Amino acid sequence: MIQIELRATPFDPWQYLADWQAQQHQGNTHSGAAAVFVGTMRDFNEGDDVTRMYLEHYPGMTERQLDKIVADAVRTWKLDDALVVHRVGEIEPAQPIVLVAVWSAHRGEAFDACRHIMEVLKHTAPFWKKETLPDGSVRWVDGNTPLQRQPLA
Amino acid sequence: MSVKVLFFASLRERLGHGQVTLDIAEPLSVQEVWQRSSGEETLPANVLVSVNQDYADAATLVQLDDEVAFFPPVTGG
Repeated sequence: MIQIELRATPFDPWQYLADWQAQQHQGNTHSGAAAVFVGTMRDFNEGDDVTRMYLEHYPGMTERQLDKIVADAVRTWKLDDALVVHRVGEIEPAQPIVLVAVWSAHRGEAFDACRHIMEVLKHTAPFWKKETLPDGSVRWVDGNTPLQRQPLA
Repeated sequence: MSVKVLFFASLRERLGHGQVTLDIAEPLSVQEVWQRSSGEETLPANVLVSVNQDYADAATLVQLDDEVAFFPPVTGG
């Protein structure tokens, strides 16, 4: 099962996972591995303190791109389940921005798929961050950090 | 017949508008849609484009009733 959700209000990723586990994973005896990534807002960026940010998105295309990214990962790594939850709107430091969780038979597929979903999301899903600094000024974040390649074996 | 053109984030703020409707009689390239909707000659190299919510490029042909969007590099996650 695949679930994609955009949320305009804060959420607790650990509670979300517990609820998901209780509702969707009853009787799942096949998944030997789960990998989870939680991205959280920092209170600094580019050497400056950041007090809050606004996350803009392209309604429709964002969901469409996330669906494609996750469906592609489910196919490639033969995942049992995959979950992506992403915030939009006003976000404060320490609040979660994104939750990616995947379930598969073995750990290798789970680790790789979770990492892949996160990297492709950061470079193709249409979201834009606008930061507010302590003096009240605002600025758009220029770009994400470069694609993080898998280390060589 | 028309094409809906959307602009997001810093690009929307720079151009001063988030949405434009172009009346067109025949298909146009993305490059021509950019010129007619932004008033600027060349599509900047760092501006991304989508047609009907899939990534496209300057040469992609835009059909009547398509939705085109221009936006800066994405910064989610």
